[in-house]
Amino acid sequence: MVVEDPSLDDLLADDDRADRVFRALADATRRDIVRRVHREELSISAVARAYPMSFAAVQKHVAVLERAGLVTKHRQGREHLIRTDARTIRQAAHLLASLEARWRDRLDRFGVVLAADPEGSTP
Amino acid sequence: MTVTSVEKDLDALTLTLTAQFDAPVERTWLLWADPRQLERWWGPPTYPATFVEHQLSPGSLVTYFMTAPDGTRYHGWWRVREVEAPVALEVEDGFGDSEGRPDPTMPTSVMQVRLTATDDGGTRVTIHSTFPSLDAMQRQLDMGMEEGLTLAVGQADAVLAGTPA
Repeated sequence: MVVEDPSLDDLLADDDRADRVFRALADATRRDIVRRVHREELSISAVARAYPMSFAAVQKHVAVLERAGLVTKHRQGREHLIRTDARTIRQAAHLLASLEARWRDRLDRFGVVLAADPEGSTP
Repeated sequence: MTVTSVEKDLDALTLTLTAQFDAPVERTWLLWADPRQLERWWGPPTYPATFVEHQLSPGSLVTYFMTAPDGTRYHGWWRVREVEAPVALEVEDGFGDSEGRPDPTMPTSVMQVRLTATDDGGTRVTIHSTFPSLDAMQRQLDMGMEEGLTLAVGQADAVLAGTPA
């Protein structure tokens, strides 16, 4: 399967999708589910056993993640297996990379100010 | 390059940068404590920052705005949580409405700054940012978007190469 990396531009171009992704990941349990099925494909019942909540509650979390495109679901025999869609995880990497770039830029200017004004004697 | 290390946690949504500077701690601290010096580096040249209220004491609200190339002002604020001059600062970092008042509908992040004296008389600066969600990260990037987008393109590949697919 060819996986296309979504760029920051793509993400911003689709506000509805971005909203779904951000809301889905705003919840600690859902983030944990994403981590769990990032490592291995699991059935929803296997995922549900890891949390002190009902199967139905976990199923609801999975549905939110699925609508956001964070996990994909497919049937195997009588079970539904879920796994993380790597593309969306990469968006987090994109965002952190952009924030890092901003801070590198700031700290470069920080150094320039220190060099230009070593005594800190700004009026 | 002054930045000596960067740690990114994709699960916890934290970003930690460490940078090394030649100036002593007391001097370096002024880059945070003096609003006129802070303005010289907080915003990029295309989105310069202007600090309005600026007092670094616990509980106080620091307000600023960034001016876009078209003249639009984007307001931001810090709520000072902890300050120990000249070595530590912790603020909640948020966005303001069009009049600069904190906007409760917008997500906030937490920024921790640590200054440590090094053996050679310089200062190690550590910036640790914690975001509650991707949304909070995105909104912070939206402030000064031109810069964010331009830099994102160049940096993303390197990060993605290290991301398990």
